[in-house]
Amino acid sequence: MITAAHVRARWQRANRRGDLSAAMIALAPAVVLFALFNVYPLFYSGYLSLMNWDGFSSHREYVGLSNYRELVESPMFRNALGVTVKYTAGVTVLGVVLSLIIAVLLNSGIRGQNLYRLIYFLPVVTSTVAAAVVWRYLMNPGNGYADVFLRSLGIAPPSPSWLRNPTWALRVVILVGVWKRLGFNIVIYLAGLQNIPKDYYEAATVDGAGAWGRFRHITVPLIAPITLLLVIMSVIDAFLIFDVVYVMTDGGPLGTTEVVGLLLYRQAFRYFNLGTASAMGWVIFAIVFTATLVQWKLFGTREVGV
Amino acid sequence: MNLAIARTRANVLSLKTRRRWDRLAIHLILLAGALVMVTPFLWMVTLSLKPVELTYQPPHLLPTRFEFSNYTRAWEAAPFARYYLNSIVMTGGIVVSQVFFSSLAAYAFARLRFPGRDLLFLVFLGTMMVPFHVILIPSYLIINRLGWVDSYAALIVPRMVSAFGIFLLRQYYQGIPQELDEAAMIDGLGRLGIWWRIIVPLSAPGLATLGIFAFMFGWNDFLWPLVVTNDPDMRTVQLGLAMFQGRYGTQWTVLMAGTVTATLPTLAVFLLGQRWFIQSIAQTGVKG
Repeated sequence: MITAAHVRARWQRANRRGDLSAAMIALAPAVVLFALFNVYPLFYSGYLSLMNWDGFSSHREYVGLSNYRELVESPMFRNALGVTVKYTAGVTVLGVVLSLIIAVLLNSGIRGQNLYRLIYFLPVVTSTVAAAVVWRYLMNPGNGYADVFLRSLGIAPPSPSWLRNPTWALRVVILVGVWKRLGFNIVIYLAGLQNIPKDYYEAATVDGAGAWGRFRHITVPLIAPITLLLVIMSVIDAFLIFDVVYVMTDGGPLGTTEVVGLLLYRQAFRYFNLGTASAMGWVIFAIVFTATLVQWKLFGTREVGV
Repeated sequence: MNLAIARTRANVLSLKTRRRWDRLAIHLILLAGALVMVTPFLWMVTLSLKPVELTYQPPHLLPTRFEFSNYTRAWEAAPFARYYLNSIVMTGGIVVSQVFFSSLAAYAFARLRFPGRDLLFLVFLGTMMVPFHVILIPSYLIINRLGWVDSYAALIVPRMVSAFGIFLLRQYYQGIPQELDEAAMIDGLGRLGIWWRIIVPLSAPGLATLGIFAFMFGWNDFLWPLVVTNDPDMRTVQLGLAMFQGRYGTQWTVLMAGTVTATLPTLAVFLLGQRWFIQSIAQTGVKG
């Protein structure tokens, strides 16, 4: 006897078969591309990091962890890590603090909110290379806008000039990083601020809280999850910086802007130390992975929703 | 009690009188910030329109002279037309294939049931955590072995799918009512037919968002094209600009004309689709 349950079961079985074959077709391109250009390279680079190889010759030598050991001891790599950490910290802290202030001001119900937001967002969509070229000339000694502006205020620009000055070069690169990132942070903060109920602010006002009090005791704590999200996104992003430094300073002066991305690129594509460069990649991965893990621990379960 | 009400009234009153000054102060701060944000753009345009002989004069923020010959000189000095063509082919290829393949994959993850689905999705998501620096060298070696160095294939194929795109569209598709699929299935449409006829048309805004992201990514990308091209004829606009800076570093006006050229497409696309773009960014950050 054939029951309704039988029919449903058969229908579901057929359904599942249909699902499986459709899924195989739908996922085939993505799976093949990912396997070849994301997953395989990951293992390949792990393997390379244990080798000494220039990428061309047939001589390929297994050296174990000595590439990593050399990196840890290398003053150049340590310097690059230090520079990258400084850059990352600078861009993250300044970018987050400034964007929160601007987002709060934008959210205060003033006119022209959309226009301001648009202007602050422009650098986000500008190519990094073009931005770096323009900023390089803004900071040009003598007739760059920075110098002209400072001199008009009666302040002497630093000597040697910005990008040739070991103290100032990294600060300028950080400034460009903040300029480029600010709009992104602002947009995300604004979306978060709009979710804070207005009553909280009204209640605090009635209780006599000033603007600073409201900011300090309502906005900052309630926006904290977004702050954390932005901090971690910014850390991951900033740690991989390459273009700006490549165009503006090429790591100089005296290695004060030599970030790990640049060092890796040079080791791989100018000196052909593929093993060293791959090991560097994995050290970067370890650092970024730790940062991402923190993010996922705090946001992942909600965001991924698997 | 009465005292509290009186205090509240006083607060509200003083708030009203103070609000106008507050607003003025807020505008001043925001304007100052906005000026810093746009100064590089103004400076770039102004300088690109300046006659060469005035290059070393004190700069103005707004153009006082309009000398378009810098643009023709930049286009003559470097094959910007060729760079443009390369960037358009590369970016076009990336946008079309990312939207197409990510949409297909996202449909499978959002709607189909098959063993290992969630695990596979997690693997895709996991690749988002791998910094590009790690896979850069092996990816180059693979491209080299395929004989793709200096080809459009090298610029496009490795970036034809994006985990971010799959993630974004999967979320979007989960918001489309399942009843529509079922109705279509009763009407005799197969799974892929449902994807093409129902899901794709209904997810136009989601596809457009991914398209804009892919466009910005492709047009502005630098490191990968730098690594997989040697032939000057294969340079993209960004690469061309970086090299151009190296050679014409002292000819500011011409260089800035080149920079304006390189920036214009993304700015144009952004200004046309800014509402969408800003909204989708806000959502990726906040969506809980």
